[in-house]
Amino acid sequence: MASLAPLRVSRRLPQLARSIQTSADTTQLPEKPSDLSQPFTVKLHEDSFRAYQCDVPDLDVTVTKDQLLGWYRQMQTMRRMEMAADALYKAKLIRGFCHLAIGQEAVSVGLEAAITPDDRVITAYRCHPFAVLRGGTIKGVIGELLGRQAGMSHGKGGSMHIFTPSFFGGNGIVGAQVPVGAGIAFAQKYLEKETATFALYGDGASNQGQVFEAYNMAKLWDLPVVFVCENNKYGMGTSAERSSSNTEYFTRGDKIPGLQVNGMDIIAAQHAVAYARRWTVEQKKGPLLLEFVTYRYGGHSMSDPGTTYRTREEVQRMRSTQDPIRGLQRYIEEWGLASEQELKQLDKDAKAEVDAAVEEAKASPEPLIKDLWTDIYYKGTAPPYMRGREREEVHYY
Amino acid sequence: MLAYRRLSSRPFASFIRRNSSVAEPPPPEGHLPSVATSQILRSTKERALRTPGLVWNDEENSNSVGRECRKMNLYQAVRDALRPVLCDDTAVVFGEDIAFGGVFRCTMGLAEEFGRERVFNTPLTEQGIAGFAIGMATMGHTAIAEIQFADYIFPAFDQLVNEAAKIRYRSGGQFNVGGLTIRTPTMSVGHGGLYHSQSPEGFFMGAAGLKVVIPRSPIQAKGLLLSAIRDPNPVIFMEPKILYRSAIEQVPIDDFALPLGRAETLVPGADLTLLTWGTPIYHCETALHLLADPPAGLASHVPAALRTAKVELIDLRSVLPWDADAVAESVARTGRLVIVHEAGMTAGVGAEIAAEVQKRCFLRLAAPVKRVTGWDTPVALQYEKFYIPDAVRILDSIVETLSY
Repeated sequence: MASLAPLRVSRRLPQLARSIQTSADTTQLPEKPSDLSQPFTVKLHEDSFRAYQCDVPDLDVTVTKDQLLGWYRQMQTMRRMEMAADALYKAKLIRGFCHLAIGQEAVSVGLEAAITPDDRVITAYRCHPFAVLRGGTIKGVIGELLGRQAGMSHGKGGSMHIFTPSFFGGNGIVGAQVPVGAGIAFAQKYLEKETATFALYGDGASNQGQVFEAYNMAKLWDLPVVFVCENNKYGMGTSAERSSSNTEYFTRGDKIPGLQVNGMDIIAAQHAVAYARRWTVEQKKGPLLLEFVTYRYGGHSMSDPGTTYRTREEVQRMRSTQDPIRGLQRYIEEWGLASEQELKQLDKDAKAEVDAAVEEAKASPEPLIKDLWTDIYYKGTAPPYMRGREREEVHYY
Repeated sequence: MLAYRRLSSRPFASFIRRNSSVAEPPPPEGHLPSVATSQILRSTKERALRTPGLVWNDEENSNSVGRECRKMNLYQAVRDALRPVLCDDTAVVFGEDIAFGGVFRCTMGLAEEFGRERVFNTPLTEQGIAGFAIGMATMGHTAIAEIQFADYIFPAFDQLVNEAAKIRYRSGGQFNVGGLTIRTPTMSVGHGGLYHSQSPEGFFMGAAGLKVVIPRSPIQAKGLLLSAIRDPNPVIFMEPKILYRSAIEQVPIDDFALPLGRAETLVPGADLTLLTWGTPIYHCETALHLLADPPAGLASHVPAALRTAKVELIDLRSVLPWDADAVAESVARTGRLVIVHEAGMTAGVGAEIAAEVQKRCFLRLAAPVKRVTGWDTPVALQYEKFYIPDAVRILDSIVETLSY
């Protein structure tokens, strides 16, 4: 092993020399515009992107005050929702599995900010923010987690099973959503829709065989699909370096070009998704890989404290230096878009919105017993009966 | 009710020993009715048009008068079913090598007729094919995917069981893959060996949300496939591969449906229910001939009193959901059940059926439910003939069950 050591060092050197930076507050406002109600141009940090077989996006991004404040509100609301889920889980009101996206808000909000309602999104189990942003409600998500009728799948799914008409769900099987996403994109292309599918997965799922099967089909048939790897650096409890021979996930599509993105800066995230959408939909260049380098503050799931495979200091450092919400907050304050007071009000509004939704969800009744038997087969085509535990419980359609 | 019981617990034990030294094997086509001469196959137009349960899918009339038939084997019937379906623009057929017909020629000419955008080859990527098909179907497409051999369906097992079967339920009815049909050749071919002769239908039996259908003949293949594709649930359609060419019928050329989830009684009877699906139907038919008129070598093992027994032969057709009512009704009348399938015995489809039948018909059973199945071994090449339940093994079980 000793002889391997120098090799390892040398292999890592190029990466050290130039790697993506994931600070959330390095975007600059080169010149302060006189009228902040008009769109203005900011400059992203030069290490916000790394490209594989494609050009990096322009670092100049045009934004508006309303956009930035809207994103702030959305990210804050999503975090509040996830924190509420965390509390409800710890209060034993939510049972089963629950995976929270605290720390990764810039990806969901940035994605939604750059796509249209007709685009399609499919993701893995860390799905709550996407479900809300894609037309769902906080009440619907929390209701689903609580297993109530108000849940978006009527309480029959739970954390990983939340859908809207343009959001093909959280999916609990690691990697399974990726070829499904390719199929959705095929249907879009077949129907000649000017839309794309964003198929999300994590750094852990990126080692699943079917992800590569999906890459191949997508490139082979030039499908309008953007494969979005949310690299939060740990696949469950194993770090990317310990699980992947190539941790540069944006390069793993072989002939599919890729873009690595600072997933902690909402402006970079939104800008990259807009680039990807242009690539697939307007320029019709086929699939693209997007890798968001991001970080989850909590454990993989509620049963994982998230501190056995990484240090508390690491989590603390990410929280204090690279938090996407704090980063955007700094932009807004430094660029004079809103006062600390106004942002505090947005925080309060977000909390109030979530709190109200939680109460509504809690008030919703549990699913009816009869719904245990519905939606297995299409109504009227079901088998004559489904078994229960005992004779009295056999359900006849 | 048959009066004889326990004439012999193993009527063929001595027969098997004695015949192990017979030098001359029977001719390959056998001395008895086989697929080529089966009475179960409807080889005349009149019989074809009288297929039980057949419903015409066109609006003009529900009448069979004046309908045309064409002589087809099973692969041609599959192709004949895909044509009307492809007239719907959102229907797409894909799989490994299917653009030029597939290994069994089931999709021959479809790419030329409907375009290479709609009938296309995929990479060798079963899990990907299933996932891709599920994605398409969630968008409302009619996705007809082929897994080249049922033996290759295992990489796709997760997608089918976890995604296809559950999407309607877990989305609270918001999404479904009703347009999804997976076609796949199944069962033994005589020399398929480990990876080309398996019968994996039983593995899907617990996946509520899926349907699993296995036709026995060209008419059945066409009608059931049309129903499977149009059924608003995902269906795995397993086509017995040895029947692709050997089973020939007059098949109505019009668009028609046969019911899913319904068994069909092929031969009515009162003394024993013989239940099977797919290829073994024909072995069962042969066994019934052997029972009624045993050749000299077997005669001493078939008690004369059993030869007039009326055995009811049922084709289950759908393995999921399976027609428990029809089977239980039959067994309640006959008091005896023999189940034949090619897959191994342990936790095979027969196990589930036997358990349900003993629950429903416990006080009516005159003999234990008997299963005639493949062995609990892989389907090894040189042993395939021994692995597959043949007419003699079925006859042995019928005699044993009748004389219990």
